[in-house]
Amino acid sequence: MTARVSFEVNGQRRDLELDTRTSLLDALREHLKLTGTKKGCDHGQCGACTVIVDGRRINSCLTLAVMHEGAKVTTIEGLGTPEAMHPMQAAFVKHDGYQCGYCTPGQVCSAVAVLEEIRAGVPSHVTPDLGDRPKVTAEELRERMSGNICRCGAYSNIVDAMTEVAGSRA
Amino acid sequence: MKFDTPAATNPIDQLKVVGQPADRIEGPLKATGTAPYAYERHDAAPNAAYGYVVVSTIARGRIRSLDASRARRAPGVLAVITAETAGPLDKGQYNTVRLLGGPEIQHYHQALGVVVAETWEQARAAAALVQVQYQEAPGRYDLAKLKNAAAVAPPGFGGPPDTARGDFDGAFASAPVKLDATYSTPGHAHAMMEPHATVAAWNGDQLTVWTSNQMIDWSRGDLAKTLKIPKEKVRLVSPFIGGGFGGKLWVRAEAVLAALGAKAVNRPVKVALTRPVMFNNTTHRPATIQRVRIGATPDGKITAIGHESWQADQEGGSSDPHVNQTRLLYAGANRMTRTRLAKGDLPEANAMRAPGEASGMMALEIAMDEMAEKLGLDPVDFRIRNDTQVDPEKPHRPFSQRQFVQCLRQGADHFGWSARNPRPGQTRDGRWLVGLGVAAAFRGAPVQTSAARVRLEAGGLLVVETDMTDIGTGSYTIIAQTAAETMGVPLHHVRVRLGDSDFPVSAGSGGQWGAASSTSGVYAACMKLREQVAGKFGFDPGQTAFQDGQVRSGGKAFPLAQAAGLVAEDAIEFGKLGEQQELSTFGAHFVEAAVDPYTAEIRVRRMLSVCAAGRILNPKSARSQVIGAMVMGVGAALMEDLVVDKRRGFFVNHDLAGYEVPVHADIPHQEVIFLDEVDPAASPLKAKGVGELGICGAAAAVANAVYNATGVRVRDYPVTLDKLLAGMPQVA
Repeated sequence: MTARVSFEVNGQRRDLELDTRTSLLDALREHLKLTGTKKGCDHGQCGACTVIVDGRRINSCLTLAVMHEGAKVTTIEGLGTPEAMHPMQAAFVKHDGYQCGYCTPGQVCSAVAVLEEIRAGVPSHVTPDLGDRPKVTAEELRERMSGNICRCGAYSNIVDAMTEVAGSRA
Repeated sequence: MKFDTPAATNPIDQLKVVGQPADRIEGPLKATGTAPYAYERHDAAPNAAYGYVVVSTIARGRIRSLDASRARRAPGVLAVITAETAGPLDKGQYNTVRLLGGPEIQHYHQALGVVVAETWEQARAAAALVQVQYQEAPGRYDLAKLKNAAAVAPPGFGGPPDTARGDFDGAFASAPVKLDATYSTPGHAHAMMEPHATVAAWNGDQLTVWTSNQMIDWSRGDLAKTLKIPKEKVRLVSPFIGGGFGGKLWVRAEAVLAALGAKAVNRPVKVALTRPVMFNNTTHRPATIQRVRIGATPDGKITAIGHESWQADQEGGSSDPHVNQTRLLYAGANRMTRTRLAKGDLPEANAMRAPGEASGMMALEIAMDEMAEKLGLDPVDFRIRNDTQVDPEKPHRPFSQRQFVQCLRQGADHFGWSARNPRPGQTRDGRWLVGLGVAAAFRGAPVQTSAARVRLEAGGLLVVETDMTDIGTGSYTIIAQTAAETMGVPLHHVRVRLGDSDFPVSAGSGGQWGAASSTSGVYAACMKLREQVAGKFGFDPGQTAFQDGQVRSGGKAFPLAQAAGLVAEDAIEFGKLGEQQELSTFGAHFVEAAVDPYTAEIRVRRMLSVCAAGRILNPKSARSQVIGAMVMGVGAALMEDLVVDKRRGFFVNHDLAGYEVPVHADIPHQEVIFLDEVDPAASPLKAKGVGELGICGAAAAVANAVYNATGVRVRDYPVTLDKLLAGMPQVA
């Protein structure tokens, strides 16, 4: 069974007719050929498929494409290009916040969204006082990024990259 | 180029580009999601159909019947291929078990076939309609029970199964201080982020696979052998690999099934293993039981050291050399090792990052900690007292470089080791119990023949082609640095093309040999190109300098770009330097751990590794290799555990929720110090590998820190809170 769905991806309107079983992840990778978003587990366990939908990061493998009529989706391709990288992408390159590169688009999308979440005052499990605004600390970044697995183990460098981006923006 | 005498001064020693912490040259592609991984090759194979793998739900037995008729009639289905319909298949040289099962089943989740359909959703739905009836057979799944029946392991890449020097039994029996302890390590999964994936396309009898593979030439040969076609009919392309850690050294089922599927439907087919299938369908690091015996004099000189290891694998499998480091790491006149391999029916065991030492050091380096405590010695000091500058089994054989003691001393200084309380379970920081742990790091420095081709293009662009792979290790960048240094051009004038069987055969990525071997092959090709360039300009190659894009000799100079069109190809072939001397890499790990006194929750707070591993070609990417390996060591210490269902014969926790690997919140800031070292006996670049050194010993350092924090010694990895709780000290 197929259904029509329209949403905006990286500022561009896309109209698709999809098998209703198609995940948002597969709609991006297989139908729109936006392969920057990665499939690591297809079960919401690794975070490689993280994209930003209506300003909020989600695992695109855990949601069906047809549920996103009218949504605004930002994928890694919408953040920057090799010639004009987003500051977070540039910081990942500078701090070697990756190795194999497969989890990287998800880490970058998460990292961009995490800094927005902190700026918006959204607390986390490690926020010491819910009455205070959360701060950009290594502990906050590690907690909020823990849905994005990096088997190569670039965590320490990713925190450095995020800290630099957060600092330069403050 | 033959490498059979130690490297003299050569163009690499300029260190204008090599040795610099350059950003990865492919970094912007990775950070923007534009690096193409195997399953994403819409460009190379448009209109690919989708394959979904059908797997066995028993571990051992036979298929009584397999009914694919409903699947064949399902919407969108183009073909269903099983062992019955696949035609005759062989088994790869590097595979232990067959990649397509049936009618005999050799392990749980062994592939039984592939459903090919127009869409992935259709293939998945149809695969669920394949009805299989089994005749289940009993299997052997419990290493503790198999141990006593284990045979002498066949000699493999790790050396002989038994080694001995002096009189171990006598010396151990008479040692004034001794330790006899048994340790166990569970199976580990590579769990690389990119699942095994392949797009296959046939052009007549010529097969091309875009896949994710660490060893292009091995796997080209094995895919051809499996399909019973000539090797030259197969092209294998793997420019980006989303992690491997040894799990992608081989051809796996998805590549064979993609090739069979593409043949059957006469169009490209793409197949990826789903995450829950990877753990039992592919390979894993085998579980071990290890016995370590150490005897010493009261002043801490080891007089006897013995290490025995037991593991199990499928019929025809080989053993990991878990005792390897014990043959070389510490002095002691009387020594023995034994490696035993039982036959079992769990999925195929095989190499994972530092096969041998990674598990062996988990046991040996707890044993050293235990022994130091028995002796009343500081564990850093105990290790230093037992340093050796020669191979303890063959004292005429020196180490080419061995800065083990320097690693320990510098690490202890930097980490603040002197603050450690030798009495465990005593140090508090607020509610937490805090401990410090140390362990050695040790890994060999193997090398392999490796070839490359270099071509000067218009405008002075230097193109390097080799079938070497970059699995996150930094190969693209260190190869570019090597070529830039040797030819005297800036880094951005070099283009590196990797991972294609059309390119010269390299060492590939495995066994920590990739960096030293592949850069040597590129160096060899560049030196040949230098000869050609010098010849073109009428210069004596020995008297020609290549600097700043210029070729200079005897007061004359030409731009290198004027030699555009020249191509050179060469290979590095390593001689016997590694036999006359022991080539190894060394390090020391330091860890601070905190343990909650009430729940025994463990937090790693600080980690430091000090490494001595020859010339570091790129300190930025080399450091990443080491911190990543330390992360994997934390996983091995605290959480990674392939849990065996001993009745049904499979790994129960076969996804990334059940098989836990470290996440951001588990890992503190990590430090790495590389000691200054060049090793002329290792390679023309005087470099060795570093990608596996960092995992060797890291887990034991964590375990030793937890012991120092709590006083509870866990010898059965992983060190989890349930194993600590009963013994936790009383705290106020």
